[in-house]
Amino acid sequence: MLFFILKRIAGMIPAMLAISVLAFTVIQLPPGDYVSTYAAQIAQSGETVDSAVLNNLRERYGLGENVVVQYFKWMGGIVRGDFGQSFEWNQPVTDLIWGRMGMTALISVLTLVLMWAFSLPIGIYSAARQYSITDYLSTAFAFLAMATPNFLLAIVLLYITTMWFGVSVGGLFSPQFENAPWSLAKLWDFITHAWVPIFVLGTAGTASLIRIMRANLLDELHKPYVEAGRAKGLPEARLILSYPTRVALNPFISTVGWVLPALISGELIVSTVLNLPTAGPLLLQALKSQDMYLAGAFILLSGGLVLIGTLVSDVLLAISDPRIRLS
Amino acid sequence: MIDTATPILRVSNLSVDFPMHKSVLHAVKDVSFDLHRGETLCVVGESGSGKSVTARAILQLVAKPGEITAGSIHLATEAGEVDIVALGNRGSAIRQIRGRRIAMIFQEPMTSLSPVHTIGHQIIETILLHEKISKEEARIRAAALLDRVRIPNPDAALDRYSFEFSGGMRQRAMIAMALSCNPEILIADEPTTALDVTTQAEILSLIRELQRDRGMAVLFITHDMGVVAQIADRVMVMFRGEKVEEANVFDLFARPQQAYTRALLGSVLKLETPAPRPARPMAEKPIAEINDLALHFPLNPGFFGRPTAYLKAIDGVSLTINQGETVGVVGESGSGKTTLGRTLLRVYNPTGGQVHYWRGDGTSVDIASLGKAGMKSLYGEVRMVFQDPHSSLNPRMTIYQIISEPLRTNTDMSEHQMMDRVQELLTRVGLPADIGDRYPHAFSGGQRQRISIARAIAVRPRLIIADEPTSALDVSLRHQVLDLMRDLQSEFGLSYLFISHDISVIRYFCDRVAVMKNGKIVEIGDVAQICERPQHDYTRQLISAVPRPDPRLRADAPA
Repeated sequence: MLFFILKRIAGMIPAMLAISVLAFTVIQLPPGDYVSTYAAQIAQSGETVDSAVLNNLRERYGLGENVVVQYFKWMGGIVRGDFGQSFEWNQPVTDLIWGRMGMTALISVLTLVLMWAFSLPIGIYSAARQYSITDYLSTAFAFLAMATPNFLLAIVLLYITTMWFGVSVGGLFSPQFENAPWSLAKLWDFITHAWVPIFVLGTAGTASLIRIMRANLLDELHKPYVEAGRAKGLPEARLILSYPTRVALNPFISTVGWVLPALISGELIVSTVLNLPTAGPLLLQALKSQDMYLAGAFILLSGGLVLIGTLVSDVLLAISDPRIRLS
Repeated sequence: MIDTATPILRVSNLSVDFPMHKSVLHAVKDVSFDLHRGETLCVVGESGSGKSVTARAILQLVAKPGEITAGSIHLATEAGEVDIVALGNRGSAIRQIRGRRIAMIFQEPMTSLSPVHTIGHQIIETILLHEKISKEEARIRAAALLDRVRIPNPDAALDRYSFEFSGGMRQRAMIAMALSCNPEILIADEPTTALDVTTQAEILSLIRELQRDRGMAVLFITHDMGVVAQIADRVMVMFRGEKVEEANVFDLFARPQQAYTRALLGSVLKLETPAPRPARPMAEKPIAEINDLALHFPLNPGFFGRPTAYLKAIDGVSLTINQGETVGVVGESGSGKTTLGRTLLRVYNPTGGQVHYWRGDGTSVDIASLGKAGMKSLYGEVRMVFQDPHSSLNPRMTIYQIISEPLRTNTDMSEHQMMDRVQELLTRVGLPADIGDRYPHAFSGGQRQRISIARAIAVRPRLIIADEPTSALDVSLRHQVLDLMRDLQSEFGLSYLFISHDISVIRYFCDRVAVMKNGKIVEIGDVAQICERPQHDYTRQLISAVPRPDPRLRADAPA
């Protein structure tokens, strides 16, 4: 098992490198280099820049050198924990990014967990009682939820909570807690705010997971081993939960791999609509103002999150299915 | 003392219906029979005869939308008789009968055990369901059961998964699970159909042995008259949901009373004697000569470097097929017989050896090293017929499209000419000529196999590779398909490479036969000589394992 995990982690290294090349390409795409963008920005505000500072910056990022050398300088910095400087914020990227990425990860993982918590039992029930009223209701919900765009749901939800209940649910914290240290009151404040983005982000995913679980289980329910279990006298509920559900879980677990990237990219739009302090809006802003070190770092870290999600789903699969573990 | 006078199970006037789209399928119609302690009752019938549904009804396992509509199933218990029909298919009353009093084993040992639970988990679970003993005691009993069904290292086997076992071992584990609570009745639904003949012989003798030990009643469902002759005490014949005849096994084979039983036995016995064959010409002209053919699949290729081992699917096979001759290839699963057939058509590329093929115009080519274009020109001369007529015909193509496809790719016939040819072919294989615009689903297995044959002979091939063409068919259809193939052979001068696991079909149909094991030919020769005087140990074992449809050959047969 340990060997399996190590092998998977080793497999992630080339993928991570490929992502870094991609992120670097994004940095290199706009014309000119960012030190000149930086100088132009400062010059616009009427101040003068010391050419020594500019040269120092050029030296540090190896600008004017070969692209390959630049890439290795950038990567070398990252390995040491230095993601470069954000031009727009005039701060090291590292200072800007961790809080935002942390929030993104937190919201994504919470959403994922809640998606599973709802879709699993509903999907199982829906399959076990195929063509019952409950099945039809869950199917109707699933199709409706899958067809509704996230941002629309976010706007509608904002409208309803603000107009009907008079509560503001934008952001993740009320203003007084924004910079306060964590406390019970802050946690409660977070919960009262976070349910909106989680609900918005999770609805479509939950709906498709319900359909996936239902279809998987329906495929398994008529397999001979289920009949064999019934023939040995297992009660129906226990039979379904311990046999076909175990097998049907496989494709379900694999969904972590694609649900996580979908959540992270879906989060960008939703967070912008809901004004959340997560990575999405900052990435959008960085892309708009060509703040390329910041953008590159976000892309790199989001890619990393996706890889971690895939690793988690692989490990979970290996735990749940001996056929994967042993062959 | 075992009470053999009163039956342990009395099934009376049982009917099971399946509501279809607009009609009702009567799967079982008014069937009655008794089962006594210590006896084996075989229920025999062709596909669709309702034999499996009858077995499932006894445990209330009829799949939806099927429903028991009439009759009763009385099970004798210490507390008097219980009517299983009245218990319904849910609730604790029926669950205490399932697995505890009546246990069942199924056809597919591959899929009847859960792939994600250990063998031990599944057996121990059954014991704990029905008996109040500790987990440790249950585990000890489970290990003893595995030992009883002769699974080596029973204690270690408990912690292994079903996919780590071979088919025969899985069926043994399944039997161990069924016997774990000492049931009084064992229902076996085609338990050996998916197994090789030698494994089948082992499993059958195991079931018989366990039955004698425990005085169990066995209800054995099968389509194979050979198996019936081997193990039955009494036989019930079913046809289209109805009971046709019930008799002692010796009486049934000696004096079948009903026309259907006679026809069924007739088609089995027909395969027992070889079909009349024209004598082979003195000077044979070969059509294909396989020379030291090899196909090795790399196993376990390392991250870099060379693979550490090879799976030798075909390991130096040499075989000659003469013009107008039928050469059989017989072997158990994994022997490489199917791979051999496919390699001849270059579905797989051989890793060694040659296949010399003499074309219709007298030139000779080496199929093993032929390029793509060369192979393409051969597809008009060498064709294939597959095992499963349900999956080898594209369900979205009409019969006309299916049969005319090889004509389209290999000849330049016009649409009109193809239409005529397809009609002619359909008539030739014994089907109505006007079915061209229908789809495969409208036809039965036997009809579909005729369509496959029509497709194969459409381009007037010279060599047909037939991979188990009769294995998926009911026994009454087998000799019809074989007779058709033989007629076509004499009409068009065809040669066949006939691949089968079934020695009786080979004996009926082939001139010569090659016996394959682990990718090698262990014995080759005239079919009569191989079947009657086998030289190699493996051939002897294979032939003696085939259940013969004659109960008088049994050890316990009355003099």
